[in-house]
Amino acid sequence: MLRTQRSHPPGRRVRTAVAVGAFGLTLSLAGCGGEDAEAASCAGGDTAGGSGSGSESEEAEVEPVDDAQLVVYSGRNEELVGPLYEQFTDETGVEVSVRYADSATLAGQLLEEGSRTPADVFLSQDAGALGALAKGGCLVELSDEVLDQVPAEYRSDDGNWVGLTGRARVIIYNPDLVSEGELPDSLEDVNDEQWRGQVGIAPGNASFQAMVTAIRVLDGEDAARSFLEGLVDNDAEIYEGNGAILDAVDAGDVAIGLINHYYRFELAAEVGEDNVTAQLHYLQDGGAGSLVNVSGVAQLAQADRAEDAQALIDFLLSESAQTYFAVETYEYPLVEGVPVEDSLPDLDSLEAPEFDLSDLDSLAVTTELIDEVGLS
Amino acid sequence: MTLAPTQTRAPDPVPASRRARRRVPVGLSLAALVVASIAVLPLLYLAFRAGQLNADRVAEVATRVRSLEQLGRSVLLAAVVTAGSLVLGVGSAWVVARTDVPLRRLWAVLAALPLAVPTYVAAYAWIAAVPEVAGFGGAACVLILCCYPYVYLPVVATLRGVDPAWEEASRSAGVGPLATFLRVTLRQIRPAAAAGSLLVALYVLSDFGSVSILRYETLTVGIYRSFTNNPFDRTAPVVLSGLLVLVTAIVVIGEARSRGRGRYSRLGGGAARPAQVVRLGARCAPLLAGMAAVSGLALGVPAVSLAYWLAVGQSATLDLPGIIGAASTSVVFAAGGAVVTTLLALPVGLLAARHAGWFPRLMERAAYVGHAVPGVVVALSLVFFAVNYAFGLYQSVPLVLFAYAVLFLPLAVAGVHASAAQSPPDLEEVARSLGSRPLEVLRRVTLPLAAPGIAAAAVLVFISSMKELTATLMLQPTGTSTLATELWTQTSTRAYAAAAPYAAVLVLLSAVPAYLLGRRSGRWGGGGT
Repeated sequence: MLRTQRSHPPGRRVRTAVAVGAFGLTLSLAGCGGEDAEAASCAGGDTAGGSGSGSESEEAEVEPVDDAQLVVYSGRNEELVGPLYEQFTDETGVEVSVRYADSATLAGQLLEEGSRTPADVFLSQDAGALGALAKGGCLVELSDEVLDQVPAEYRSDDGNWVGLTGRARVIIYNPDLVSEGELPDSLEDVNDEQWRGQVGIAPGNASFQAMVTAIRVLDGEDAARSFLEGLVDNDAEIYEGNGAILDAVDAGDVAIGLINHYYRFELAAEVGEDNVTAQLHYLQDGGAGSLVNVSGVAQLAQADRAEDAQALIDFLLSESAQTYFAVETYEYPLVEGVPVEDSLPDLDSLEAPEFDLSDLDSLAVTTELIDEVGLS
Repeated sequence: MTLAPTQTRAPDPVPASRRARRRVPVGLSLAALVVASIAVLPLLYLAFRAGQLNADRVAEVATRVRSLEQLGRSVLLAAVVTAGSLVLGVGSAWVVARTDVPLRRLWAVLAALPLAVPTYVAAYAWIAAVPEVAGFGGAACVLILCCYPYVYLPVVATLRGVDPAWEEASRSAGVGPLATFLRVTLRQIRPAAAAGSLLVALYVLSDFGSVSILRYETLTVGIYRSFTNNPFDRTAPVVLSGLLVLVTAIVVIGEARSRGRGRYSRLGGGAARPAQVVRLGARCAPLLAGMAAVSGLALGVPAVSLAYWLAVGQSATLDLPGIIGAASTSVVFAAGGAVVTTLLALPVGLLAARHAGWFPRLMERAAYVGHAVPGVVVALSLVFFAVNYAFGLYQSVPLVLFAYAVLFLPLAVAGVHASAAQSPPDLEEVARSLGSRPLEVLRRVTLPLAAPGIAAAAVLVFISSMKELTATLMLQPTGTSTLATELWTQTSTRAYAAAAPYAAVLVLLSAVPAYLLGRRSGRWGGGGT
């Protein structure tokens, strides 16, 4: 994996420096006029294709991406999905070159790369990033055979992406501070006086925003606003992410928190079940608090290896890959017939709301709402 | 590193020839111009993206109460951390350079070592140990503990280098030791302290990892959030970055003014004597306790935290080949980054050290301004420029090194400027008068004289490159990973124990160059600049 090392004899560095210098000079002379218009998007990004570059000669030597390989931008972690890509290569003989970063960063990068992206497949941690790319015209429609493997509520209506795993919203609580009977029955209960200063939330986190988006879509903007204002009035504690909330609840800093279900299982796998105090409470009320978001996969419109891209998507929906997700991540496999991890309630029993995940691309409205009420 | 006062030149008997010598050479200027335009690439990108935005939305985001609060927090944090770093940095430098403190060399090394601890590692270590540190106070303390070496190193170099004659004159005129320190010594180290403070302020303004872990919402956090919340709409991140650039420009200009016009040069010719050593006596014990406390907090807490995670976690299956692979990639990237950055810094630093006027100044300041833009913006701008204008370089090693150069140019420029300013220009004139061509003078006189300082600057860039995460993630060749990106990979699945070995190796590898910088700073009297 370390191609970089052998490409660095001392003489090469000097040439590199020269090339880099020439690159800068070209840029400063060329300026940056006449670029493609509007916001970042994949449409019409071709305009700059021919702009001269002082380093064209470098191209032969520094090939950024090997054309022989399928390029995957993976918003899911190497620890987790790395073995799956390897298994795919073993089964199909298709070499995969994977770029790991968080989903939003990769979505931003893909939008910036536009039509020149080296990526063929994008694997995302959440539906929002997939929605942004679909909106930017970066994705192709998947075939019905692929889409039909997954229930309609867990894929894009336009067929641009397909869900791989489900991630349920839950309430995490500390049984030393609160008994199971006292726990909220719905999201509104979270803002009861008894929880003043005792609720951990992560308003900057996509999963929280997806949940608020669900309130907006299901119950209207006013309901979403009053829920958020309730959190502010009730002095909800703000954390950076789900993990931090879990830690806080586990340590007893706050009594309850709003997170995704699998974080607790990951922590238990890391430190041992006996060392985790915090427990899960599923609302199971058909409301936004029972939302099941997805991680999903899509094929880039510019994929130059479309067939292999489709093969990878097929593979990720195969029984072995879905089982792997279920066992390793404690998430819900979305292909029917693949069993969930033992300690989880069934996906159907969660009573997830009737909600089109494609609506998560209205996340911007939600984040503005969150800003307005002064959260995060 | 040797950020030391610019020496004014000895009176020149032939003013006319002096003016001729001062004519700014065209080649050097052109080179500096190229480097400066590289440094402002992120700004060009921001300007380009800003041009595509809807003006109403821009005004709305820029005047949002929330944006202004974030701005205020960024400024407050930068001011407090800079002030704190000044106190710790100048204080430890004075103790190391001017007193008879026991174990002086040890303290010299310990004062430089926090450089090896990435602020996100320190922040994580603190919040895991003491959850109450979240918020402004904690963020300020953690950043001060990580950043004060940026002040310590240049100030200690100056304290060892300046002529004690001024101080002696002051003392012989009946001024007390404390008053002499305040009136004379502090004035002498002012340029070095200001240069170090600038680096601290810029670092704090652009840092994301530590403030987000410590839950203090600065402008950088706002930029990252708005970017991750909706990658499709660039309005908020672009506008907020614009605000950040504005603050940075003010800071950079302010620093230039704070250097003042005082005279800091040596009196007369010959070599400076080492300054007189202050006998600490009864003050020794409390000072030692203070120094130990600072080092304990800056180095001990992260060390204990890493050790704890190494011991407790079950995910710590030591992936030795993985660690060695990531470590060698890190070292190669960082070394390449140091070389490229230092080479690029040469024309800007030399021009600024040898020539006055608006042009050299502008070039030097330009090299600084891009530094405060957060990594994600630098990375996106390079994605944009590479994809559109130099696709062959996209996601290749040269582009990663290039990103390091954009990010860390100020560290190298400051070092080159200071060390070139310390070597007398008269030697270059002699070489010129003997018929050497300018490039030959550069190669045979200027660079060898300034070499130790330039090397120290390169080492600083090396350390910073080792710790860099965001730009590396976006720009490194697909399939490679560094210690920092591996650390990120592991922590994002909460596999802290698996992350700990990467963090430990990262800190240990960075500690070697930091140790060298510290050892150099503790060398008594003669030796390097």
